[in-house]
Amino acid sequence: MALQSLDIARRSATTTSSPSVRQTTEIAKLIDVSACIGCKACQAACMEWNDIRDDVGWNFGIYDNPTNLSENSWTVMRFAEVEEAGRLEWLIRKDGCMHCADPGCLKSCPAPGAIVQYANGIVDFHEENCIGCGYCVTGCPFNVPRLSQKDGKAYKCTFCSDRVAVGQAPACVKACPTGALQYGTKEQMKDHAAKRVKDLNERGFKSAGLYDPPGVGGTHVMYVLHHADRPQLYSNLPADPGISPMVPLWKGIAKPLATATMALVGLAGLFHYVMKGPNEVSKETEKELEKEEAV
Amino acid sequence: MKLNRRQFFKICGAGMGGSSVTLMGFSPTPALAEVRTFKLARATETRNMCPYCSVGCGLLIYSTGDKSKNTKADIIHIEGDPDNPVNRGSLCPKGAGVLDMVKSPNRLKFPEVREAGSGEWKRVSWDEAFTRIAKHMKADRDANFVAQNKDGLTVNRWSSFGFLASSAAANEAGYLSHKVLRSLGVVGIDTQARI
Amino acid sequence: MTNHWVDIKNADLVLIMGGNAAEAHTCGFKWVQEAKQTRKAKLVVVDPRFTRSAAVADYYAPLRAGSDIAFLGGVINYLLANDKIHHEYVKAYTNASFLINPDFKFEDGLFSGYDAEKRKYDKATWGYQLDKDGYVKVDETLQDPNCAFQLLKQHYGRYTPELVSKVTGTPKDAFLKVCEHIAETAAPNKTMTILYALGWTQHSVGSQNIRTMAIIQTLLGNMGMAGGGINALRGHANVQGITDQCLFGANLPGYLTNPLEKDKTVDDYLTARTPKPLRPNQMNVPQSYPKYDWLPKLDGAYDTLALFEKMHQGKINGFVCQGFNPLASVANKKKVGDALAKLKYLVVIDPLATDTSEFWKPHGEFNEVDAAKVPTEVFRLPSTCFAEETGSFTNSGRVIQWHWKAADAPGEAMSDREIVAGLFLKLKEMYAKDGGALPDPILNVTWPYRIAAKPTPEELAMEISGKALGDVFDPKDKTKVLVKAGEQLAGFAQLRDDGSTACGNWIYGGSWSQAGNLMARRDNADPSGLGQTLNWGYAWPANRRIIYNRASCDPAGKPWDPKRTVLKWSGEKWAGNDIPDMRPDAAPDQGVGPFIMNPEGVARLFAAGMADGPFPEHYEPFETPLDKNPFHPGNPKALSNPAARVYKGDMEVFGKAKDFPYVATTYRLVEHFHFWTKHARINAVLQPEQFVEIGEELAKEKGIANGDKVKVRSNRGFIKAIAVVTKRIKALDVDGKKVHTVGIPIHWGFKGLTKPGFITNTLTPFVGDANAQTPEFKAFLVNIERA
Repeated sequence: MALQSLDIARRSATTTSSPSVRQTTEIAKLIDVSACIGCKACQAACMEWNDIRDDVGWNFGIYDNPTNLSENSWTVMRFAEVEEAGRLEWLIRKDGCMHCADPGCLKSCPAPGAIVQYANGIVDFHEENCIGCGYCVTGCPFNVPRLSQKDGKAYKCTFCSDRVAVGQAPACVKACPTGALQYGTKEQMKDHAAKRVKDLNERGFKSAGLYDPPGVGGTHVMYVLHHADRPQLYSNLPADPGISPMVPLWKGIAKPLATATMALVGLAGLFHYVMKGPNEVSKETEKELEKEEAV
Repeated sequence: MKLNRRQFFKICGAGMGGSSVTLMGFSPTPALAEVRTFKLARATETRNMCPYCSVGCGLLIYSTGDKSKNTKADIIHIEGDPDNPVNRGSLCPKGAGVLDMVKSPNRLKFPEVREAGSGEWKRVSWDEAFTRIAKHMKADRDANFVAQNKDGLTVNRWSSFGFLASSAAANEAGYLSHKVLRSLGVVGIDTQARI
Repeated sequence: MTNHWVDIKNADLVLIMGGNAAEAHTCGFKWVQEAKQTRKAKLVVVDPRFTRSAAVADYYAPLRAGSDIAFLGGVINYLLANDKIHHEYVKAYTNASFLINPDFKFEDGLFSGYDAEKRKYDKATWGYQLDKDGYVKVDETLQDPNCAFQLLKQHYGRYTPELVSKVTGTPKDAFLKVCEHIAETAAPNKTMTILYALGWTQHSVGSQNIRTMAIIQTLLGNMGMAGGGINALRGHANVQGITDQCLFGANLPGYLTNPLEKDKTVDDYLTARTPKPLRPNQMNVPQSYPKYDWLPKLDGAYDTLALFEKMHQGKINGFVCQGFNPLASVANKKKVGDALAKLKYLVVIDPLATDTSEFWKPHGEFNEVDAAKVPTEVFRLPSTCFAEETGSFTNSGRVIQWHWKAADAPGEAMSDREIVAGLFLKLKEMYAKDGGALPDPILNVTWPYRIAAKPTPEELAMEISGKALGDVFDPKDKTKVLVKAGEQLAGFAQLRDDGSTACGNWIYGGSWSQAGNLMARRDNADPSGLGQTLNWGYAWPANRRIIYNRASCDPAGKPWDPKRTVLKWSGEKWAGNDIPDMRPDAAPDQGVGPFIMNPEGVARLFAAGMADGPFPEHYEPFETPLDKNPFHPGNPKALSNPAARVYKGDMEVFGKAKDFPYVATTYRLVEHFHFWTKHARINAVLQPEQFVEIGEELAKEKGIANGDKVKVRSNRGFIKAIAVVTKRIKALDVDGKKVHTVGIPIHWGFKGLTKPGFITNTLTPFVGDANAQTPEFKAFLVNIERA
């Protein structure tokens, strides 16, 4: 299949450089939180297109369902009721892979070719190469990838690379009934966001803005937020995400050090992941890392 | 940047990952620029309408096969019709998941009857179902049809029978139901317009 | 909808009240977003709950469930008191100047002519004053104390912001803020659209809720305008179409009324229904029927509530539920279940295994019943669903759209057409062989289908649209043949009362003309930019997209807003971006009114046709947290709608506030559609388990934590569900009393892929609106406790 728009820019655990002569356009998905009603059409379309179905769960006193991302739920809506100066706001954020320009998952992935970044900006998992180690989970500043209980491999939003490859929009964007989700080139999305921000400013949201965090080189999934100064309001969207300190390190000192001294420990770890499946990154570890980054 | 002991350990673990796998003789297949194939490439596309609310969204239904004689079309995917002026390709979570209604394990497949006092369904043929229902209806109608009211006026109504018509059926089905019901003299008719 | 979905984008103000468009009509709601983004329109939401619509609104105001008329009456008072009305429009296009019978009175909460015994009004005093020619007397200055305008002013003068706030619980400043937004659209070139749904209809004052808004929209001059109108967002995919085919006891296709017992002859019937113009030069629309005797004559009401009441009394033997799940959908589940158990036979036609089809089967605490004691013989017939059949659906904007079959249905399922035809042909065969009660209409009904047992959608659609049986001549030139015998008619204007034409449903006339199936048209070109798409599908009537569009122009025929021209008078004819809702050659100086279906030719501020009063008045729901109507504290007869129908036995099971102190309201969630999507895995995943919503304050009072299991009781039964404790529902201060709301989504039941749940209509009262008999699902009383 000819994949003009899906030229490989980077692949995990690979030292050979990717072909880079052809010039392709960067794409992006824009999530206008101010226009989102949390209808979950994106969740439904995602399940339907990708042939994944999560379990029928329970109600835990919230609208969020499924309550978290999983190998079968590559996107979920997170609902937050926030009272600002006596005015209630229902801030609803579509969570899922941000397709970072500088992807922590890819950088931390030890399995050659399990994670690739296309020239258009999509970060895609190729599960046939995945060894189920879970480093992508640790490496992700947005806590997105999930290891499957069924096959031990990591899954996340593919940006519908199969649709994008043939010139179609991702399933979630196409479905979105309020136009809160938009798809186009990254430049188009930034232009659209600017219009939305202006409109929100005129409606009294003085701090409205675009979320395209520089700490990960910008993202190919961006948000328009009414309170861009406080992304944490939106179910703890990180204010200044960056790749955790471990990831850049391993390419420098850590790598030779590891090869030299940690082979045994590493192998044991690998066997643990292969045989026993995933280690979920605990909330505490995440918070710890975030805290340290903030220092 | 400070690293605690646990993180240092993790970093080292991560660091060995890629290199040590090859070092130890595991050799994952080279990553190819192969993406999941587009699943609708040669599927048959049919234009339809969403069956849920009254916005009337256009749907594109994708089914397997090309309508050739020996192939049973199986619906594999449904998405919005971008030409439809109202939904312009979009769908709500109900419409976006409508494939699972079409393919619901709770779809009925055969006529069934549950007899008086029974705790079970019993499968019957269409002819048996029609015959038994028609017998009930005829007996009821013949016994309770009011040709004239107490003042001797012709009223020709059958009021001991009721029919709730589907608001999800097409106009043509609704019209046919109306025509049949009035021919029988039925007055107890309502549809799901208010609830 | 008088307008249509895409037209919402032309609004300057979108008011969502009595509905939750974002949640229940999500894809249509995109046009609200479009209006906001392209026209800088504002969105205002008024609702007991902070809904998904409210989540993206510019302004939200809470109100107590069941107090909409108090709120809207207050808006009318605000508009009149602050002179925020479109004067020229009101004068020319409403009955503001019409003189009303001086004996008409409104005293102590009751209109003149009330009969407490029958719970009915004698409307003798509600009429117009007529002159010797039979035309209504008018006072163009609007000063006569008996003119509709002055009566309106007087009636709503009582609805002060203070009293409104006291009754609705809406803070006064929030109420006034909403008034200000609405008042801005009194400018001739500004429009408001109102999007409502069952949040207004499912009250014992349902029709009057909508009447109140109709008065507001005519005062503001928003009817007939692009971006204006009264827009009922309807429920099911083809509820509009099935309503148009009039699957109601009281109507024949196209909203023709079915004969009553008192219509002894066809002449009596026609005389009673052929309107005489009430003002000079107005249009009128006559009706016509053959074989009058064969039509059943009605002896009373046959709506759903009436049918279940009769069934409960043992007066119905057989019943068919086609794609309808009344055990879940109708008020008071226990009464419905008991009623079904009195049937001799029940036939359920459905693609899915519905709760109703197993009303006799025990499903734990969700359906407690002893199958052995239910004598009803139940048939369950599998029907196809949309994807497996061809035909037309009519959307809420009256646009009829064709769809095509994609695959065969599973197993032996058959289409609704084939099932109805199969049953009918079996009956016909029996009557032909054995005779029986009046077999003539059964044996002689037109059945021209090539395969009798399989009438095709195409054959039926052509029959509905209408054809010439003989040559149809031009009324202006009797020698000129307009349509040859056997050809399809171009529209209802070609129908004749001499037997030369046949038409299944006149308002669908022309939908399948000699040009072919116009419902299947797919040209979405929109040259005007207004979103009219006149060549997409076919809108009834006559492919008109905006009803009353003549009112988008001033009396001289110039558009009120030239930037949104729907129509204009060219000097010779009406033309523009829609099919004129007016005789095309009726020059403005002839004074033909834009509301052509009314014999007055104008819109009614004062409407004598309503069962419960020519002006809407606030009455409390039948289950109210208050012990008196704050508008009429001294008159217990005016507590709740005095003209609403209440059956014996149902009055007794209305709950009282001392036992059931909280206001409950039921509603849909965006993730589900009624009781269908609980059978669809994706939707079961998205919203898996039954819940109710309460405010933080009530939760605290009752010791209920978020996620707790709670029991919600009404005087008719209980349900158990998970508590969602939220900031989105607030306690309201009503008449000095704190009123809490319990929100109850409807979608669960004992059949489906979702977690099993209780039928929420276990709780709801069996009482309907006085005009349309829509049950009061939106305001009743409950109590709540931890389960």
